[in-house]
Amino acid sequence: MLALIPLFPLLGFLTNASLGRRLPKTVSGAVASAVMVASFAVSVMTVLDLAGSPPDARAIEQVVYTWIASGDFVLDVTLRVDPLAAVMILIVSGIGALIHIYSTAYMQEEPDGEYARYFSYLNLFAAFMLVLVLGANFLVLFVGWEGVGLCSYLLIGFWFKKKSAADAGKKAFVVNRIGDYAFILGVLFLFVQFGTLDFQRLAGMAAALPPEEGVFGALSLATLLLFVGATGKSAQIPLYVWLPDAMEGPTPVSALIHAATMVTAGVYMIGRNAVLFSHAPETMTIVAVVGALTALMAATIGLVQNDIKRVLAYSTVSQLGLMFLAMGVGAFGAGIFHLYTHAFFKALLFLGSGAVIHALHGEQDIRNMGGLKRDLPVTYWTFLVGALAIAGVPLLSGFFSKDEILYETFREGHTVLWLVAAVTSLLTATYMFRLVFLTFHGEGPNPAPSHPAPSHPAPSHLAPSHLAPSHLAPSDAPSHPRTVAPSHLHDAPPAMALVLVVLAVGSAVAGYIGMPHGLGGDNQLAAWLAPSFEPPAGARPAEAEAGPEGALELTLMGVSSAIAVGGILLASYFWLRRRELGAALARRYAGVYALLLNKYYVDEVYDAAVVHPIQRGSERGLWRGFDVSVVDGAVNGVGAIVAEGSAILRRLQTGSVRAYASSVLIGVVVILGYYLWR
Amino acid sequence: MLTLSWVLPLAGALLLLVVGNANGRRDAAIRWIALLVSIGVFAVTLAIWAGFDGPSPAFQFVERYPWIPAFGIDYYVGVDGVSLLLVVLTAFLTPIALLSSWGSIERKVKEFSIFMLALEAAMIGVFISLDLFLFYVFWDAMLVPMYFLIGIWGYDQRIYAAVKFMLYTMAGSVLMLVAILGLASLHNAATGAYSFDLLRLYSLDIAPSTQMWFFLAFTVAFAIKVPLFPFHTWLPDAHVQAPTAGSVILAGVLLKMGTYGLLRFSFPLFPDAAAYFAPMLAVLAVIGIVYGALVAMVQPDMKKLVAYSSVSHLGFVVLGICAMNTQGAQGAVYQMLAHGVSTGGLFLLVGMLSDRRHTRLISEFGGLKEVVPRLTAVFMIITLASIGLPGLNGFIGEFLILLGAFRWNPGFVVAAGLGVILSAVYMLWMVQRVYFGPVVHEENATLADLAPREWAAAVPLCVMAVVMGVFPTLFLRPMEASVDALVQRVQARRNLQVDDAERPATVVRSASGRARPPRGLAAAHRADVPASEGRRERSERSER
Repeated sequence: MLALIPLFPLLGFLTNASLGRRLPKTVSGAVASAVMVASFAVSVMTVLDLAGSPPDARAIEQVVYTWIASGDFVLDVTLRVDPLAAVMILIVSGIGALIHIYSTAYMQEEPDGEYARYFSYLNLFAAFMLVLVLGANFLVLFVGWEGVGLCSYLLIGFWFKKKSAADAGKKAFVVNRIGDYAFILGVLFLFVQFGTLDFQRLAGMAAALPPEEGVFGALSLATLLLFVGATGKSAQIPLYVWLPDAMEGPTPVSALIHAATMVTAGVYMIGRNAVLFSHAPETMTIVAVVGALTALMAATIGLVQNDIKRVLAYSTVSQLGLMFLAMGVGAFGAGIFHLYTHAFFKALLFLGSGAVIHALHGEQDIRNMGGLKRDLPVTYWTFLVGALAIAGVPLLSGFFSKDEILYETFREGHTVLWLVAAVTSLLTATYMFRLVFLTFHGEGPNPAPSHPAPSHPAPSHLAPSHLAPSHLAPSDAPSHPRTVAPSHLHDAPPAMALVLVVLAVGSAVAGYIGMPHGLGGDNQLAAWLAPSFEPPAGARPAEAEAGPEGALELTLMGVSSAIAVGGILLASYFWLRRRELGAALARRYAGVYALLLNKYYVDEVYDAAVVHPIQRGSERGLWRGFDVSVVDGAVNGVGAIVAEGSAILRRLQTGSVRAYASSVLIGVVVILGYYLWR
Repeated sequence: MLTLSWVLPLAGALLLLVVGNANGRRDAAIRWIALLVSIGVFAVTLAIWAGFDGPSPAFQFVERYPWIPAFGIDYYVGVDGVSLLLVVLTAFLTPIALLSSWGSIERKVKEFSIFMLALEAAMIGVFISLDLFLFYVFWDAMLVPMYFLIGIWGYDQRIYAAVKFMLYTMAGSVLMLVAILGLASLHNAATGAYSFDLLRLYSLDIAPSTQMWFFLAFTVAFAIKVPLFPFHTWLPDAHVQAPTAGSVILAGVLLKMGTYGLLRFSFPLFPDAAAYFAPMLAVLAVIGIVYGALVAMVQPDMKKLVAYSSVSHLGFVVLGICAMNTQGAQGAVYQMLAHGVSTGGLFLLVGMLSDRRHTRLISEFGGLKEVVPRLTAVFMIITLASIGLPGLNGFIGEFLILLGAFRWNPGFVVAAGLGVILSAVYMLWMVQRVYFGPVVHEENATLADLAPREWAAAVPLCVMAVVMGVFPTLFLRPMEASVDALVQRVQARRNLQVDDAERPATVVRSASGRARPPRGLAAAHRADVPASEGRRERSERSER
């Protein structure tokens, strides 16, 4: 039964991969979507089944077969659904199905074969993602973990003829591999320590240990390695650099893989191993700090980007940072709650941006947009809902989940981290509404002066050189003025509009399942998830949370509401009412602006510090310098010496019988002489 | 039955010898005969597998006849789980290699087919020999056809490459011959009779200080074959110059001779010396992993890139052998098989590109995905297998090796793991430059996609890559008992020297204490052979 959930999309993949070129688009799109719906249906049935059992016994397990057996290392392919996995499979198959449906319209212009190729990858992704969340041990999770990385690589580079797309795909894979290297080390470490890789058994064993104290112990080291793996997959400092570039892929891919599901795998992995991590306080601190820093850093970058998808990408990095912050302070439920609401509104925002890009025939630069509200009403209103949700405006889903993270952070006594998160929230509201205002409001394409000069070297060869520094990313220049007159714009076609509306409804109401006690809710989600974060069976601590501190919670809630509204007002001031002010500000702080626009130059630093030295060193140093000259040189040198020596010896082989005869004679004389002399 | 597996290809070669082929009129028939013979050999090996008793660690299908009784030399063959799988791998790759040659070998088809079949016979012989003398005969017999395959049907610098290959390998095998003869005389000294019987020699009690010399002699021969850093420079030349079929066999089977030799001879015959040298070998292996990957990354020639990647992958195998515990050794054998499939496959596919464009320079390609989508898909699968994506064959071996090595000495794993990152870098970068982007060279715009013959060669490899990744127990189970027996043989002898009290009880025996030499041995060693002298000895030999 459980195996069916990933099996359906796998079948879809096989169908489209083998027959896709011969199938018409309607068929390949329908097959791909149908298998996702089927997978979602099975997921729903499974979760209902699960909900029917008492909270302590909520786990369904299926051993598929023994995968690897070598001595005492025996590993079964085991799938298990517990409350956490239940939430994840619903998100993955549900949102996945919606995005497949959306894609049938979005990718319509691709030729038949390419269309099928797209859907085969997307199905394969869903299959691996479901394996990732269903896997009952680290290695099955790792199969999904690497598999989704592969699909991400394939889909980012879907338009492989574009060098930037192929580059971005490779970058994503390689950066993820760096994380995976650490991840595998962590897995090996755990196995050597505990003799199992099964999540439940590991949790049970770790629960028996006291939390580690002092300098890094084994558990801290192992979990830290796992977390490094998570920073790769979930785009956190220092391995986040691949995600913004991943926007080279088709937009529905960005929505599904690089926002709603795959990038949350790291958060999920920590939630899955909540017991291990909570026994490693040092790792937890690192997780929280890295999460908070990433959240803040990405939000500041998002404030100045001009590519609609890149703004959303940095927003994703930032929101993932908040999730890690939650995990790091031990608020696993809050982190997963935010993962869940984020899946709705971020998918919605990406798909909305896709609708805009679709309508504008590929235009992604927000400086070439504006005033789209009139022509794209469905897109506008749904996008607005998503933006309000992510900004944390009260009563929408993002409000509840983000607020819970802030509240838990504060309650656990991490005031500084709380402050960082609060500032991030303010920035989030601001950059999101900058995006909304620049894209949908105003009059047509934004006139040039509306924006600060340094970001605006268009056409670049005319701009004064000091205003168009060469280090500005190419994407920074508006590619070309919009060619399609606003009146000819078409709003999202039915398949896309339907999905946008469904997700908008979700973004609005999804949060009520986790309504906090402070507002009279009973946070069902937290209660549902709780068993997943505790050791299996056995003595569990009695409800430690005796009752939330209502007053504090309400106060903090007020603060975050104010922050959300404040951020929106700020954005409306700078980018709606007095655009020239924003420009002036950017000019005034040109240095800071350039720093943000260029993403703190992190890519450049990595290139200069890591990529180039390795490449140069390998080529000039190791290969030409060492391998060819030294090693092979020595080998050939020996060969040459032998040849030289042989050439000398060859002179003795004169071929003259007399010479040989005389040498025989000399030899005989010498030997005889030796014996006689003795 | 076992004898048939190497006599059949030899008979095929002899049959071809008598087929008249004036001016190449019967080329097609000869190709078919060779292919059918090699498929027949594959069927024979599968039959052997079917009759193989998996849970037993013993050598099976044993055949033994006196050959040169005066020196105790027998014709003595048999397979255990390890050699069985390698024999099957050999028989699996040979038809594929033959098939790959149909499009590229146009002249002297008859001679080519004869050498290929002779090579197969010798390779199988190496894996099934249980008599050291017999082993040596096959070992050297293998060089001859390979030498001609490179030297006659290779590319521009084929003579240089062939001679280099020959000299390098001969240098090693001469040392090994001396050591084999020495072993027989040790047996004579101990029991009063010469013997080349491997099993008997296993139980020979050799003083640790003597073991050092023997171990080095054997190991240098095998290290050259692997090739272990820094004995690897013959490999890129041999690969680049060899015809596709030669490269497939070279990478797929010949390199495994080295690691097989370490596993079958060096370690179990000389366990004390192995314990002493294992950390040093592991250091070389890890250097090879990282170094091979880094150098592969910057190669402009696809074949050279794949060749250097072999240095990296085989480094993993040696690391697993050095760990000498169940997972390490099983992982090593598994990686040998997996590497045979995926790197054999890579050479095959690079050969297909080379057949089409007569160049292997990466910069001559680009944008092929649009032109040859099916070839691209197959290449992608094999690439992913090669970089160890879970679910494909490369992952299983690598993971088990890393696990085994981690239990032995985590430091090696931290360094070796870098190879996992780098393999993704060099392979995907090559894929990107060859297949992605726009078509920049006009010649590439009209390339043909896979022909049916090429499908027939490529599909079995892809299927194997998936099967080995998804159902590894199919291959792990038959070798399990044999590998365990082998590991225990090495460990048991070694443990005589180790103070038992020092070993924690909870972990696998080899998890501790292996990184440093056993105490008794170290003392003996200090007296007899200073470490520096041992090392100097090795470097001298490598130069010869």
